[in-house]
Amino acid sequence: MGKYVLRRLLQMVPVLIGTTFLIYVMVFALGDPTAGRCGERPCPANYVAKFKADYNLDEPLLVQYALYMGDVLRGDLGTNFFGNSVSEELIARWPTTAKLASIALVFEVVIGVSAGVLAGIRRGRFMDHLVTVSTLFVISIPVFVIGSVLQLVFGVRLGIFPVTATQGTWSQLILPGFVLGSISIAYVSRLTRTSLVENLRADYVRTAKAKGLKPSRAVGVHTLRNSLIPVVTFIGADFGGLLGGAIVTERIFNVNGVGGFLYRSIQQKDGVSVVGTVVCLVVVYLVVNLIVDLFYGVLDPRITHD
Amino acid sequence: MTEPLTAQEVSGAAGALVPATRAADEGRSLWSDAWADLRRNPFFWVSAVLIAVFLVMAAFPQLFTSTDPYFADLAHAREKPSAEAWFGYDGQGHDVYARTIYGARSSILVGVFATLFTLVIGSLFGILAGYSGGSLDALLSRLGDIFFAIPLLLGGILILYTFPSDLETPYLVVVGKVVLALGLLGWPNIARLMRSSVLQVKPNDYVQAARALGASPGRIILSHILPNSLAAVIVVSTINLGAYIAAEATLSYLGIGLQPPAISWGLAISEASGIGLIRAAPHMLLFPSIFLSLTVLAFIMLGDAVRDALDPKLR
Repeated sequence: MGKYVLRRLLQMVPVLIGTTFLIYVMVFALGDPTAGRCGERPCPANYVAKFKADYNLDEPLLVQYALYMGDVLRGDLGTNFFGNSVSEELIARWPTTAKLASIALVFEVVIGVSAGVLAGIRRGRFMDHLVTVSTLFVISIPVFVIGSVLQLVFGVRLGIFPVTATQGTWSQLILPGFVLGSISIAYVSRLTRTSLVENLRADYVRTAKAKGLKPSRAVGVHTLRNSLIPVVTFIGADFGGLLGGAIVTERIFNVNGVGGFLYRSIQQKDGVSVVGTVVCLVVVYLVVNLIVDLFYGVLDPRITHD
Repeated sequence: MTEPLTAQEVSGAAGALVPATRAADEGRSLWSDAWADLRRNPFFWVSAVLIAVFLVMAAFPQLFTSTDPYFADLAHAREKPSAEAWFGYDGQGHDVYARTIYGARSSILVGVFATLFTLVIGSLFGILAGYSGGSLDALLSRLGDIFFAIPLLLGGILILYTFPSDLETPYLVVVGKVVLALGLLGWPNIARLMRSSVLQVKPNDYVQAARALGASPGRIILSHILPNSLAAVIVVSTINLGAYIAAEATLSYLGIGLQPPAISWGLAISEASGIGLIRAAPHMLLFPSIFLSLTVLAFIMLGDAVRDALDPKLR
């Protein structure tokens, strides 16, 4: 196990360097990092010169990148438009987005898996068709439409949930979390259904039933555990989708999290904040995927990490 | 599409030991078999009709409406649907029906070209990596890993942020930027799929036989490997087409995808989605959302139907 973790960590290094380099090149070399820093007009020459000196933009590209990454590793993501440290802005907002993402994950696992199991064990019956068709509709509706409509219905008309989640407390974030997770709930239930249906045909399930096990145990313990492996993979890969989706959800519900910060930075054309935030989010995404990979062994003892 | 599959047909025909009942099925290839299945699937027909309607709408919007989508009369701003304007008017007094019809073009253009981009680049790199193996495989796979590690929406934001569009940017350039952003981030998905299909097809006897007969690598790839590893890629690409249309709408919604004066469902929804506006004029949000969702739904349904037809195991 230790060896496997080490190998995966080493494999992550080139991907990490590659992605951060790509992001850096895109914003600092291909784009114009001073665009928008002086409002709706080009920046004065002396400001550009100072900016270039501050961010080492006169050095060769690789040196620039190395210096930037050195700063990032020390926790310094530069200062934004308002002269605030980007890392401090992100640290202040991180708990809110983490709460939002965990609420979305809970909805995904609880609703998604149970709907998938219900559909899978009643294959071809009403429940199965209901889940398959309704998830297809949910997948087709973009998250910003779902968000706006639920905000109107549950927030404004019915008043069950707060309309906005400015303070970012758990109770305020329930509706935004559900919206963020909505499309993934649909994917998780479809995946659980497919995977369960496939496994229910397997020999070991027939053996379990033939031995006289109760159906609940044959499905709940023997089949479900194996069926959840692709679901766990999906949830890990989908975490990136949640991070991206948080931008939309946080915009709709005015949540003051990392996504909302990224959205405002884009609106203000604040290149330093955009790069810093995206780099952070990509690193979080890669680490989460690593953790998910390591988690396989727990679910499926056949997978050994040697 | 049927000629290159002779090897499979031969083995299939040899395996069929009941020629009397199967006479009609003789010579069925993977694709004609799939087509026979598709024809019986109602989901396929629903999605095919929807897609056909949206394609015609994108190509010839004049067939559906004679109203100028750019004509705005502020006196009508946010008026509810009526006999003159079936879908009502938007905040600037544009006719929502005309805007919604003309909006199909952006979504279809972005979806189709982003999918073609990923299909061409992804298949090319996937075949190269899978067929040649060795250091080229390692290089291309690691390159794919790097792009794969950036979530679609985040990467799209970054690319479109770097190459911003404004009012003066020509329509096709704006569309091209969105296509490029989605394509650059989407190709590793296809490349990985293609690579694994190629690795499955490569050891087969007919590929070995072709090589023994002295066929060039180009010929082996084009006439044996490509047709036999295309199925999975086509299914995923169809579903992705829907996903790219949704991604374009999301990027436009965030204000960095398509830019006005371009007409797009994402832009229309973005303009209509302020909380006050949804209460006062829900029709502005409703109609573009329905069209957008139906388009995405159609492509996902088509992909599902094609997958079921190509892979009967899943039924």
